[in-house]
Amino acid sequence: MSADEAIGRLSSGMTIGIGGWGSRRKPMALVRALLRSDLTDLTVVAYGGPDVGLLAAAGKIRRLVAPFATLDSIPLEPHFRTARQNGTIELTELDEAMFMWGLTAAGQRLPFMPVRAGLGSDVLRVNPQLRTVTSPYEDGEELVAVPALRLDAALVHLHRADAQGNGQYLGPDPYFDDLFCEAADAAYVSCERIVESEELVYGGSGRTESTGDAKGSGNSKGPRRSADDRGSTDDRSSKDPWRGPQTMLVKRPFVTGVVAAPNGAHFTACEPDYGRDEAFQKAYATAAADPEEWAVFVKRFLAGDEREYQSAVSAFHEREGETA
Amino acid sequence: MNSTPTNRTVPSPPPSTSNQPTPPAPTTRAEYCVLACAEAWRGAGEVLASPMGTVPSIGARLARLTFSPDLLLTDGEALLMGDVPAVGARSEVTEGWLPYRQHLALVATGRRHVMMGASQIDRFGNQNISCVGEWSRPARQLLGVRGAPINTLNNPTSYWIPRHSRRTFVERVDMVCGVGYDRAEAAGPSATRYHHIPEVISDLGVFDFSTPDHSMRIRSLHPGVSVEQVREATGFELVVPPEVPETRAPTAAELRLIREVIDPRGLRDREVRT
Repeated sequence: MSADEAIGRLSSGMTIGIGGWGSRRKPMALVRALLRSDLTDLTVVAYGGPDVGLLAAAGKIRRLVAPFATLDSIPLEPHFRTARQNGTIELTELDEAMFMWGLTAAGQRLPFMPVRAGLGSDVLRVNPQLRTVTSPYEDGEELVAVPALRLDAALVHLHRADAQGNGQYLGPDPYFDDLFCEAADAAYVSCERIVESEELVYGGSGRTESTGDAKGSGNSKGPRRSADDRGSTDDRSSKDPWRGPQTMLVKRPFVTGVVAAPNGAHFTACEPDYGRDEAFQKAYATAAADPEEWAVFVKRFLAGDEREYQSAVSAFHEREGETA
Repeated sequence: MNSTPTNRTVPSPPPSTSNQPTPPAPTTRAEYCVLACAEAWRGAGEVLASPMGTVPSIGARLARLTFSPDLLLTDGEALLMGDVPAVGARSEVTEGWLPYRQHLALVATGRRHVMMGASQIDRFGNQNISCVGEWSRPARQLLGVRGAPINTLNNPTSYWIPRHSRRTFVERVDMVCGVGYDRAEAAGPSATRYHHIPEVISDLGVFDFSTPDHSMRIRSLHPGVSVEQVREATGFELVVPPEVPETRAPTAAELRLIREVIDPRGLRDREVRT
């Protein structure tokens, strides 16, 4: 399905989890589709990066649930700062681990998880809804009961997926993308490339780009190719790296739709396919600090569809190259 | 398990271009800070050193190359480094995988000593990195609480403050992210059970909470810093011991490691003004 189709399944007022971490492997193509939509009044649940900044600047967020928002190489997310300082978003500020256990509880259909975090901190003061729980065992410890962070929908970006919704990450860290999908009623996985299932573990050559319909596109199970098409196992193992099944992060029962989105995490990091676009991120942060410059940035990069965005980015780099 | 000496060898410095041995330049303030940070991980054992900031990163690497060879270090992402590259340089050896979810297991089991930054810190070690002003509508939004609440309740948490001032060392922090001794005490035994703030290190000195009521005291001052100067730069009453020692100077070997092996580009000077 397309990014716009995926976002078309959402509605205003929903609680939306966004995968990745800071300015790392954010589902930016899906976020850009969200920016183009008329959705509003969202509760966004994220280890926040420019996804949060962009959505806040566009007035899409009513409430943010997050332990931080950062651009990593630029510590402070400028739009998040502005939104907080202007009081235009509400915030549920949780500790990083509380956040993880909240997602975990949601994925396990539990009401809460006990954690040794938050006690003594102002996280409890600014979240008066948080409760503690006393261990029923001999220790009798009083711990914070982090409520399940149940999501109406999750948006994540992975490196590869098959048409059935099995998602694979190839970078150094899975972040919590599997938890986001498990915690959600519906999960939309964008990926750099949709490939045949057989290429996920023996993958990487790109010889057999999937031509089947991806999940969510009506024909929910993409056509499988016959064994004759595959070539010999010997041939495959000599050319293709063994990825290991542990790279298979997201499983199809948790996935509602798959979206092919090459360069879809741009401008955040998506190693090993590409690193963070630091020059572009800097331009983003600079523009975000000034309303007039931001209007120019929006017009230049965010007024059109994903294809137009990607060509505007290419043009940006061509110009950078000329001036460098 | 503990390391064997063979896999933790100290890299050799580049060969000297001159045959005339020149006396090393005097130790800078930044180098005293590096040394003080390294000392925070002395005797830490086989735990993850999580330095935040350039000077603590140099310090952690110095500790691993010298008196704390069993420390674990990350590349800043999800890999545990089997080597000790210069700051800013790429690690060539990976000894382990540490994605965020496993990082949290090291935190929760106390197998980590983190050195965090602080936008504000008070006399009992309460730390703020979230926002300045009223939380509901902050004058300055900063990072957010990040992992400070779980860090402080589970693994040793020290702080590095590159610019000691009344803006940072405050009477009361605006938002308690990292939990200090008084707040942990008030929250009860689950909060105090593993709570420990070993040190606060600034460009002026080293501070700890080894006082009867756990209020911050001077442990040592860097050479050239007076008690009066620190008092003026601190927004609360510091405990001053009868004898204020000087921060230990790096040995010639430590200085060489800092200058030639760990930070040949001098990144430490960008964080601490001379």
